[in-house]
Amino acid sequence: MTAVPTTPSPARAFSATPGQIALALAIAAFLLVFLVLPVATVIYVAFTEKGTSTFTLVNFYDFVRTELFMRSLWNSFYVSAMSVVWASVLALPLAYLTTRFAFRGAAIVQTLGFLPLIMPPFVGAVAMQLFFGRNGSINLLLDDWVGFKIDFMEGLNGVIFVQSVHYFPFILINLSAALRNIDRAMEEAAQNLGSSGFRLFRRIVFPLALPGYLAGASLVFVKVFDDLATPLLLNVKDMLAPQAYLRVTSIGIADPMGYVISVVLIIASVLAMWLSALALRGRDYATTQRGGGGLARRVMRPHEAVLGYGVVILILALVLAPHLGLLLLSFATIWSFSPLPDAYTVAHYSRVFGESSLYIKNTLIYAALAGGIDVVLGVAIAYLVLRTKLIGREWLDWMASAALAIPGVVLGIGYLRTFYGVTLPDGTPLASLWITIVLALAIRRLPYALRACHAALQQISVSLEEAAENLGATKARTVRRIVVPLMTGGILAGFVTSFATAAVELSATLMLVQSNSDAPLAYGLYVFMQSAAGRGPGAALGVVAVVLVAACTFLSHLIVERSQKAKGMGH
Amino acid sequence: MFTRRIALVSALGLALAASAVQAQAPSGKVTVVTSFSKDVTDPIKKAFEKAVPGVTLEVQNRNTNAGVKYVEETKANNQVDLFWASAPDAFEVLKGKKLLSAYKPKATGIPEKIGSYPINDPQGFYFGFAASGYGIMWNERYAKANKLPDPKDWQDLAKAPFYGHVSIASPARSGTTHLTVETILQGEGWEKGWRTLKEMSGNFHSITERSFGVPEAVNSGQVGVGIVIDFFAFSAQASGFPVKFVYPTVTTVVPANVGIIANPPNKAAAEAFIEFLLSPAGQEVLLEPGIRRLPVNPAVYAKAGADYPNPFTDPRFQKMIGFDVDKSEARTAVVDTLFDQLISFQLDALKGVTKTLHEVDAALAKKPNAQAKALADEARTLIAALPVTEAQAASPELRGAFTGGKEKGARQAEVEAQWASFARDNYAKAKAKAEEALKAAK
Repeated sequence: MTAVPTTPSPARAFSATPGQIALALAIAAFLLVFLVLPVATVIYVAFTEKGTSTFTLVNFYDFVRTELFMRSLWNSFYVSAMSVVWASVLALPLAYLTTRFAFRGAAIVQTLGFLPLIMPPFVGAVAMQLFFGRNGSINLLLDDWVGFKIDFMEGLNGVIFVQSVHYFPFILINLSAALRNIDRAMEEAAQNLGSSGFRLFRRIVFPLALPGYLAGASLVFVKVFDDLATPLLLNVKDMLAPQAYLRVTSIGIADPMGYVISVVLIIASVLAMWLSALALRGRDYATTQRGGGGLARRVMRPHEAVLGYGVVILILALVLAPHLGLLLLSFATIWSFSPLPDAYTVAHYSRVFGESSLYIKNTLIYAALAGGIDVVLGVAIAYLVLRTKLIGREWLDWMASAALAIPGVVLGIGYLRTFYGVTLPDGTPLASLWITIVLALAIRRLPYALRACHAALQQISVSLEEAAENLGATKARTVRRIVVPLMTGGILAGFVTSFATAAVELSATLMLVQSNSDAPLAYGLYVFMQSAAGRGPGAALGVVAVVLVAACTFLSHLIVERSQKAKGMGH
Repeated sequence: MFTRRIALVSALGLALAASAVQAQAPSGKVTVVTSFSKDVTDPIKKAFEKAVPGVTLEVQNRNTNAGVKYVEETKANNQVDLFWASAPDAFEVLKGKKLLSAYKPKATGIPEKIGSYPINDPQGFYFGFAASGYGIMWNERYAKANKLPDPKDWQDLAKAPFYGHVSIASPARSGTTHLTVETILQGEGWEKGWRTLKEMSGNFHSITERSFGVPEAVNSGQVGVGIVIDFFAFSAQASGFPVKFVYPTVTTVVPANVGIIANPPNKAAAEAFIEFLLSPAGQEVLLEPGIRRLPVNPAVYAKAGADYPNPFTDPRFQKMIGFDVDKSEARTAVVDTLFDQLISFQLDALKGVTKTLHEVDAALAKKPNAQAKALADEARTLIAALPVTEAQAASPELRGAFTGGKEKGARQAEVEAQWASFARDNYAKAKAKAEEALKAAK
């Protein structure tokens, strides 16, 4: 067993330097201004009595007493937990095979396995319905051949299916980063002692990669718990996040219940994060030796290779079916109640060609800036939490993670309320500048980058930093020269996740976009997807978004591979 | 080509007239918040910028609710000139919050009313520019595969063959569906209207969260039949989808509107936009295949095809019921919440009992049985029962529960929980009766 209990040694007792305190205060201020304050202006209603502004908890009493809300709460828990299970089933083989074995096309598999996360809003759901829906391609063929249909996309099971396909990359990407970071010597030691095969994986490799797995799994759980788009697209309303959204955006806008549900969502998310931290507490996942650069890559025997490639191809076919549907849709003339489109055309691409360049440029700028802000904050928060003894440092982590639970509309309205009154010298409101969109995206995607950075830092032994400091390096220099380079994999994983998901985010963006010239791709897509004639061009724009993000992802995988090779990893 | 030329000439004429009347020609950027899709806004933007040179139309696309919220949140430093959307309710809300400014359009040739609905707001805060009616849309391929008959009226959708094939948007989420529901309630009366709605709902496959979700599902054949606003079906037909549409007997035409936001940054250009929309040139753009809305200027129909529905001459539209806007406005929140609590959130229970009742009917058709018939009728009465009367629905006490504002009183969540348990109990009892009836009938 490698996960040994930590023994606090005197050398580990870091005291906070003034620089660290300043950093913590700066981050706290940032989160306060761009997250807590805007959200507070909206959800304080949850704690007030109707008609007055006196503090009360009666709304929470109403929540507990309403059968619909309690049913929704239970459904949300059930769906989230099951989604984690199925997402793990999809992610584990892909992560293990591509990092543990000499697997040709590992970078491609990693990129393709990442694609489901980039499902453009609206059009993705249409494509998925056309494939898996009750009269989608698969069911129409099934009905033709064998005379029955499978309800892939009906009810809670439908939500679980779509969510696990959609979010399993969170586990894949974090677990892969963790597996790459495991010291080969650990594995060799176990092998020398006679362990091999599944036992080696179960007892040595997986426990060492646990921080990465849990980072991914907790993200999946919280994300599914807080996601409103998928249940709503499948017309499942008795889950918590859709209930909050339905109320906040319709008759309930003046009613506290919508905000009460938001508060419940935030509490549940923070709780899940806290539990996953608890699961890792008291164990040390750090390994000192970094020169080896990841697990030994085994060469597969022929029958293993057949099995391995078979499993990978099967999983990829399942999770990429929606994207295939999207691609078909973008070339389809009419696709209605038939396994395949009636005819094909490239007209949709020519329609979006002219304006998409502007959307692409905006999307790249916004998502890259947001991703950049996220990893900087992520590394800083992870460092403060794991390496200092500052009082209340976990609050930074929890505050940032809570962003996951805040519905995009709530954040959007909060931003308008907080920043629209603030004007620049020429009278334009602060909220109408595109930088506001970037900040909203950064806040919404911060938890992804934070989890990745957190997991990466957990795997680095503190003794490496102590060594650097003993040799006379300052704290700042240690971070720059030792910590950050060793975290590269995790930081990149975080950046890619934040970047890619920010590129297709819509709910907060829709509230904040002020002009077409500032609009990102997701907004363009939304505008197309409101009419029958816009379906094809919308799909074409969706394909553009997916290809764009996939190219960036592939690039970053190449960089990771290369940097690992450069570190002297061989087979 | 010919129509295009006329449009151009009249557009030029309008531009000249506008510049002659106003000392200062409109110029610069005019910002409009709209719920209309790109297929609607793009051609109109193009035609408008051609007709009024020097003005650029900046389109901000938001759904109606988000648009209203946006205008409200940004009123302190307003940057929006116009609000442009379908649902008259949204404009009533904006007007009530003093977020619109009054204007008197100069355009001529537009009648007072369409069907029995006034085209413009009597106080002059917003103006109808296109009309739409509500009805039933279905996918022909789907109907053929599932052997569905062609629906003609709302009651048809409650019949057994349509079980599990119908879809609607939630009225709380879609302004247009709200109007459909209100039209049925006003046309058939409170009690009977709800009975029709609930019997139809028992056949629903799904209740979607946004208006466009319904036509999208029908277009792609995931659902057979949808309750929609007409232009969704017309534009889908124009794009080549195998769909059909019918206006039921109880329906209404309602105008889609445009209004100037209070304190607009570019008032002259905002007025020019409204004048353009109401001018013959602007009205003709509505006939384009991707838009397909009904112009409010009767003269424009001369340029439309013969099969284009014309609410000013078509007798079907003259029969349509008068729609009482004030009545609708007074109970909007109550009707929407009733629909959600009695139908949307209890859909599985409602579907379950409806299925059994269809089975009872099938059994009774083969072998009549008075006892089973009586039990089934009891079940239907239980389903149709309502927790509130029509008078209560419009009462200030109940409205107060949903406004959230100043006054103390019942909380929305409290009222909702009561209605939900009322519906749950009744559906459970109805289910028991229906099963008893099925046993008796067999």
